[in-house]
Amino acid sequence: MNFPLPSFIAVSAANPWTYVLFAVIGFAFGYTLEMSGFGDSRKLAAQFYFTELTVLKVMFTAIAVAMVLLFGAVGLGLLDFSQVWVNPTYLASGIVGGLIMGVGFIVGGFCPTTSLASASTGKIDGMLFMLGGFVGAFLFGETEQYFTNWYNNAGYFGRVTLDQVFGIPVGAVVLIVVLMALFMFWGGEQLERIFGKKDLAKEPRLRVAGAVALFAAAVAVLAIGNPSLEERYNKVTFTRTETIPQLNADPIVNTYIYTADEMLEKRLAFTSPAEAFKAKYNQSMNPVYLDVRSEADYNLYHIEDAVNVPLERVLEIVPVLLSEPPANTVFILMSNDETAAVDAWKLLVGSSVQNVYILEGGVNNWIAFFGKDDKTLRADPNAGDDQLGYLFPAALGSRYESCSPDPIEYEKLEFEQKIKLQLKRDKSGGGCG
Amino acid sequence: MTTQTKKSIFNRPEKPYVHPYFGGVVLGVVLFLAFFLTGNGLGSSGATSRIDALIVDAVSPSHVDNNPYLLKMAGGDKNPLDDWIVPLFFGALLGGFASGAFNGRLKLVTTKGPNISNRTRWLMAFLGGVLFLYGARMARGCTSGQALSGGATLSAGSWVVMFAIFGGAYGVAYFVRKLWN
Repeated sequence: MNFPLPSFIAVSAANPWTYVLFAVIGFAFGYTLEMSGFGDSRKLAAQFYFTELTVLKVMFTAIAVAMVLLFGAVGLGLLDFSQVWVNPTYLASGIVGGLIMGVGFIVGGFCPTTSLASASTGKIDGMLFMLGGFVGAFLFGETEQYFTNWYNNAGYFGRVTLDQVFGIPVGAVVLIVVLMALFMFWGGEQLERIFGKKDLAKEPRLRVAGAVALFAAAVAVLAIGNPSLEERYNKVTFTRTETIPQLNADPIVNTYIYTADEMLEKRLAFTSPAEAFKAKYNQSMNPVYLDVRSEADYNLYHIEDAVNVPLERVLEIVPVLLSEPPANTVFILMSNDETAAVDAWKLLVGSSVQNVYILEGGVNNWIAFFGKDDKTLRADPNAGDDQLGYLFPAALGSRYESCSPDPIEYEKLEFEQKIKLQLKRDKSGGGCG
Repeated sequence: MTTQTKKSIFNRPEKPYVHPYFGGVVLGVVLFLAFFLTGNGLGSSGATSRIDALIVDAVSPSHVDNNPYLLKMAGGDKNPLDDWIVPLFFGALLGGFASGAFNGRLKLVTTKGPNISNRTRWLMAFLGGVLFLYGARMARGCTSGQALSGGATLSAGSWVVMFAIFGGAYGVAYFVRKLWN
């Protein structure tokens, strides 16, 4: 079985159990916060006067434990990290919003979820915080339009994790975070002794054993490492359905599940020049043409709107592709023939980018299809595999006529529909949302 | 004692809070299971926004359709409550209540510093709520959705938000110390 469970990624009226599962998770969340003392604003505010560091201890223990389990499960291949919601990075609004939250925290004495635990146990201040929260969220909705450009674009980096920022293995980040947390716990206890006059001798000895266990688990995560691109590629599956119409009966729908290699073998991952061209004018999809050839070839001739990403740099753009905003984005890869595009396809599919297709026959086939009447282009009889099959009088880039075929001239094109949109998770569908 | 507990879920003998590290481990396991089963973390401020959107949509649907932020949640015939965070929000309310009931902490009280009146505390709690949720919507998540969930998935932006929250609170703590000490 693959985790996370595909049918429980979002709530749906078709499956009422989704509501139950999220409610149970919420129940456990609220229960844990209350039993840790977060219903009492004094316990929360004490964090900021160093008298009692419960907030720091609970929060960083939770982060460290969840992180170790999460990346352990990813490393063992149980959990598909690409299906785990990772908050996209918006530096500007994140910093300003975070500072405002901090002020709200110390003035109000709660954060949103702890105010739930507080209000539901009868604390009047918790209820008023909740009420204020409704007003605050409402005010944001009303004022967002005045800085919407800043809110949506300033410091936007997409789905990016700390290991990518620092360029080190994720296991190393896990270990560093655990060490940092343990150091903060030690420091926090010293602060409690100094500012809170707490007797540390009364603290349970078990916490040292817990710290050792956490450290050992983090080392294990580092040792397990991440599944390689090849292992992830081999696990990817594609679902295709086939509908057979029946006379006087419901059509028969067959569902097939293919591996990535089968998609290539059966040529299901290849889209014809006609379909790739028509995708531009298809309201339901947003095609992005990725040209994986060298810059020299790209300068000689490329399809209009194609973006040049040489094969050796394809992996660098994965974070951007994974957070490419519209869910209906279709990536169409092309090389001169197919070899480099197929390699790029494997890299992207292994990296869990969805809706990736290969231009059938590559740029050469595109020219053969749309540029057969162009007298300036002559076929190059000496071209090898995956090399440009034409001779160009000048490096005109996308200014040859066939680079942007006339949509009226080619209004009627027949092609086999290969692109099956697989809708990704909504960008706003995760996190605090 | 036993007769008292049988009488009502209120006024039970109050039990002490669990040890913070134990609470943290349990919370960490809950957070991991949320990610493992559903791919989503924990959160709550998103639900506040969605409930707001529901109210605005009921009062003035045309206003929703003119406001891009609300439009995403409640535009047209979209139901703003149709999101995983909403059952999570109500589950958390219920969970907090259950723990309070089970551990004898259901009491109508105000938690505050020793040197301020109830009224001041109420006003400050309300103001703090306004500020916090305004900031949480701006940062696209609160302490749960960003700091906790994003922190565990190692999201770069979430760690920045987390430090900003602590920075904001520590930066202002000295000036509002009368509220708490």
